[in-house]
This record gives sequence, C-alpha cells and structure tokens, in this order.
Amino acid sequence: MTFSVEIPLLILLIVTAAGAILVKDLVSAVFILGSYSFLLALVWAWLGAVDVAFVEAVVGAGLATILFLLTLFGMAPKDIHVHRPSSSWPALIGLPLLGGLLLYAAGDLPELGNPASPASVHVSPFYLENSMQHTRTPNVVTSVLMDYRAFDTFMETVVIFTAGVACALLLGRHRV
Amino acid sequence: MFDLIEAWLLRPNFLAFVILFLWGLYIMVARPNLVKKLIGLYIVQTSVLLFFIALSAKTGATVPVLVSAADAVQAAAYANPLPHVLTLTAIVVQVATLGVSLALVAVIYRTYGTLDEENILKKLE
Repeated sequence: MTFSVEIPLLILLIVTAAGAILVKDLVSAVFILGSYSFLLALVWAWLGAVDVAFVEAVVGAGLATILFLLTLFGMAPKDIHVHRPSSSWPALIGLPLLGGLLLYAAGDLPELGNPASPASVHVSPFYLENSMQHTRTPNVVTSVLMDYRAFDTFMETVVIFTAGVACALLLGRHRV
Repeated sequence: MFDLIEAWLLRPNFLAFVILFLWGLYIMVARPNLVKKLIGLYIVQTSVLLFFIALSAKTGATVPVLVSAADAVQAAAYANPLPHVLTLTAIVVQVATLGVSLALVAVIYRTYGTLDEENILKKLE
C-alpha cells in the first residue's frame, strides 16, 4: 500500500471540513459537509474498509445531509446565516494543550499499515481464519456483525428505534 | 523533535484525526449557532472513526472478503475486520444522535424563533 493517494485525500478532507466550519451560509456549509463525507468514504475504501465506505456514503453523505437540509428548510432565510463568529478563551487555551498531548503520544501508536500492530494480531486472526467454517460467509465483516456479534447489532437497532420514537415525540403534533 | 515529525509522517491519518477532532470540538464550544455546533459534532464523530479505521489497515492486505472458500486463510492478507464492524455500528448510532439533536434544534427554533444560543438565553430570562 503506497500513501500517494492517501495524503491528497486527507488534505482534501481537512479542506472540506474547514469549508463546512467557516462558510457563513448554513445550507452551503451542509452541502460541503456532504462532500466531506464522500471524501471520508473514499479514504475508507482506500484503507480496505469497503463496507464502512458504503455505509458512510449512504448514511453519512446521504441521510445526514438530508436531515440537516430538512431542518434548515423549515427556517427563515435570515436565521440560516451565521452573523458573527465568537471565540471562547478557555477552549482556545485548553484544546491546543490537548492537541500537543495527542501529537506527543503519536510515536507510541502503530504506523499506518503495520501488519504486526497489536490490533491486528490479538483476536482478529481468529475471526479471519474461522469465519468460513463457522458461518459459511466469505465477507468477514458481515459474519462478525450478523453472527458473532448479533446481539450488539440487535441493540443498535434498539438505539435507532429509540431515536425514531424521540424524533416522533419531539416533532409530532400531540405533545406528551 | 525530528523523531516526532517522522512519527507524524508515518501516521498521516492520526495527524488528520487530531486536526479534525480539535477543530470540531472548538466549534462545538465556541460558535453560538446551534446548527454550526452540530456540524462540529459531526466532524468530531467522523474523525474518531477515521482513527479507528486507520488502525485496521495492513500494508499489502486486501478487503476482508475471503477470496477462496477452500484455501487456508492467511490473516495478514486481509485487513482487520473488527474495527470495521465497530465503525458500522458507530456510524448508524452517530446519525441517530444527529437526527434527535436536529429534531431538538427544530423544536427550539419553533419555540424561540432563533438559532443563536445567546438570543435563546436572553429569551429564557
């Protein structure tokens, strides 16, 4: 794996995130956030996470953008324009400290693409080697999600159901 | 110092994660506009997922879909599938929280007629 594609994609990712943050008009910011999600899906496809890239392109770039736009379309044009950026001094002092700490600790992480990293040698070879015998599914991500960790996925469905109920209660005409 | 810069260049995804995470967190704290805060929240969430997926990559490995059913599997030939599974769950939960918070923003706008945090606080008094 060469990083010749990785670096330009990451730079584009930061540029689109900066656009979504700095643009004053909220509808434009939301569309730029959608392009940020698509670039993120490209990064993930490049790193070998194709299932995650599909989900990000559909749910992140598609559904999240639509949810933002549905919220913004119900508002008056003067309200969806950010007038004045303000700054917060505690955050301006504290966050660079946190960033310095994270960057100082970077040397302890495994390098990008290191096959001997702790995350890749502990339990994940078991799933890769036995998934075919146990579940008869060539896609290991699917077999872990739907078979080995099916209860987690079930609880995730409960989370989505709860979020749907919460949205219906908040936006519905009959208040509880 | 030179060692540290070399460490960052070997982990470009971690560098991007730190920039996106801190910038999104700063936007959540500093901007008074509620939708801008949610954009910051979205960037923070996705940057953490970017960090997780970077841990799953292996040099020379392909996507975690087994090529042949008969051959014995070499684990080093496929990317680590476990961070992918975690991230699939996290993306869906992220959009669920985003939907609930956008519904809350819509109700706040309907009640107070503004998206600006300071104006809302003024009207609350």
